[in-house]
Amino acid sequence: MDLSYSQKQQDFRAEVRQWLAEHVPAQPLQTFDTAEGFAQHREWEATLNSGRFGMVTWPEALGGRGCDLIEWLIFEEEYYRAGAPLRVNQNGIFLLGPTLMEYGTEAQKARFLPRMATGEDVWAQGWSEPNAGSDMAAIRARAERKGDKYVINGQKIWSTRAVWADWVFGMFRTDPDSQRHRGLTFILVPLDSPGVTVRPIPQLDGLPGFAEIFFDDVEVSEDCRLGDEGAGWSVAMATAGFERGLMLRSPARFQETAKRLVELYRENRASADRDPAIREAVMQAYLDAESYCLSTYQTACRLSQGGKIGAESSTNKIFWSELDQSMHATAMSILGARAELWPHAPDAAGVGSWLDGWLFSQSGPIYAGTNEIQRNIIAERMLGMPR
Amino acid sequence: MDFTFSEDQYLFRDSVGEFLRNEVTPERIRAGWESPTGRDDALWQALTELGVTGLTVPESHGGLGMSAVDFVLLAQECGYVALPEPLVNTALVAVPVLQAVGGELAATWLPKVADGSARVVCGLANNQLAEDAHVADLLLWCEGDALFALHPGQFTARANASVDPSRRLYAIAIEPGVEPVLTGAAANAVGGLAMRRGALGAAAQCLGLAQRMIDMSVAYTSDRQQFGKPIGSFQAVKHHMANVAVRLEYAKPAVARAAYSLFTDDPGAQRHVAHAKLAACDAANLAAKHSIQVHGAMGYTWEVDLHIFMKKAWALAGTWGDSGFHKACVMDYLMYDDARLGATGTFS
Repeated sequence: MDLSYSQKQQDFRAEVRQWLAEHVPAQPLQTFDTAEGFAQHREWEATLNSGRFGMVTWPEALGGRGCDLIEWLIFEEEYYRAGAPLRVNQNGIFLLGPTLMEYGTEAQKARFLPRMATGEDVWAQGWSEPNAGSDMAAIRARAERKGDKYVINGQKIWSTRAVWADWVFGMFRTDPDSQRHRGLTFILVPLDSPGVTVRPIPQLDGLPGFAEIFFDDVEVSEDCRLGDEGAGWSVAMATAGFERGLMLRSPARFQETAKRLVELYRENRASADRDPAIREAVMQAYLDAESYCLSTYQTACRLSQGGKIGAESSTNKIFWSELDQSMHATAMSILGARAELWPHAPDAAGVGSWLDGWLFSQSGPIYAGTNEIQRNIIAERMLGMPR
Repeated sequence: MDFTFSEDQYLFRDSVGEFLRNEVTPERIRAGWESPTGRDDALWQALTELGVTGLTVPESHGGLGMSAVDFVLLAQECGYVALPEPLVNTALVAVPVLQAVGGELAATWLPKVADGSARVVCGLANNQLAEDAHVADLLLWCEGDALFALHPGQFTARANASVDPSRRLYAIAIEPGVEPVLTGAAANAVGGLAMRRGALGAAAQCLGLAQRMIDMSVAYTSDRQQFGKPIGSFQAVKHHMANVAVRLEYAKPAVARAAYSLFTDDPGAQRHVAHAKLAACDAANLAAKHSIQVHGAMGYTWEVDLHIFMKKAWALAGTWGDSGFHKACVMDYLMYDDARLGATGTFS
């Protein structure tokens, strides 16, 4: 055990810190759930890529730096420390990208990865359907093979970023007689294809952060299939796999939130201390964010040494989503009567971005597999309880 | 950056762990409850022969010279079997205290710890009572600004019954005329060291206790049938145990880091130990709460072994710094202007 950074790791941190200091926009970008904000974020992705910081774990040939997981954690720490913009192409670079590298043909990698890295193609995900939410194997959207094309019919829902994205990836049923997780195929679909209708769905903040996608005889060429026909479930499981899940929510994000919470508490101590639960919650937030960081480093070190992801990794999503909710709930308590105010309200001094974060934190226990599903997975696969 | 235990550290844990699981059975623990001392000389002898009592004793004094990082995995195994013998106290607290005092005291007693000819334990007046003072050949006792090295006869020990019948606790009254071996700042420093070490030992044992209670609950709920199926197949039962697994999984790295910080004398060691103790005791207390619930009425009986582990977890939560003590340590840091918070504050 050695919990110190090597010289190389320290040099990398210094390089990242300097580059971000020079490039992170002085003014925060508008939210990417507006057309203008989306364009700003797409441009930021191109800037990041120009510094080869778009996806540091990608190979150098693809504009990355071939970083290991510890270097990736260092990058994330610096990224959140610098207050850099959220990643509009997260579904692409963190989820689909690694899956393409594993399952894609050389032609597919050359076609999709460079444009993903520059933000020219922003990706939406298409997992859920109206009747396939937690029960993802209940997917019904059909992809019918016709010569060298698939003809897609059906509906996807809760597709994050789909309103302004260029492509969607998801699973479609290619074998009409199949049941459950068999007979599904992983297909990439351009959102400007004839027959695609995207209907925005406003989220709690009133902005269309996700959408429904309707497919009416949408023709997609066979070379947009990722992996074998009928193998969609295992390709998707790799996408949803832990290493990707780990990348979805690095500890840095929550540690920065915990820091802001401690600062908010310090600034409002006189009023906050009237509720003794607040002090306790602030302390717990700090400790839990710290625990999440320690656990992630431990996992990253184990993986770097050739270790395998164990079933215990399924505890991760419950931990960070509940931590995020609890930190924002505490901030709302500290803000008291001001908590309900949007930051642009004339008398909302000092409310920061807590309200936005509070709303978003409500989605954490729901997306990427509800926490109830995660608890079932922990009980059955990690603890070995009966089905 | 390498936040993993080595192959050797795991191998050592596995071999001693196997011994403990075979030897320290619930039947043997229950037998100890009925004995006057509550201690099992044959077991202590066997531990001595394995070399585990002298693990942390320096090689120059006949031990294996292992660090807190090496020992912390073993302390978890001690928790898993609810070992009544004071192995964690001796190896993780008393030995480092002897080393810190040094001189003749260390030269005399460290070899005896290593060869098993003497039992040495350490107690803090902050804990109010001393563990295992009745069987100690030497009791290191920190009280106020003084550290005493007490032989039998130099103190009287008044027994106090604990909820955990394996724990033997004593109020210590020192005989008149006994002089401390350290006083003032030096004694305070050793007292602080003992507190940090003891808290780490309690935290590590709580990880093992929580795991044991999970294992017992999974076994019981997989077997026990109601409504025609195992009760462990019901989500209400599953989610109780999943919640315990989550808390336990995130307490483990905090305990590992605290051990490392003690080993390296990290300036944040006190806070890291506080984090470890709070997180591990939370996990063990939640394990106890949900384990008794999923065992139903069986869990409330003397006959079912669950209470052996629940009671030790409850006892360890309040000793070697209660939650108020450790939370105050963390909170003081958060109020400190130079506190390293945020995404780059975890490692130095």
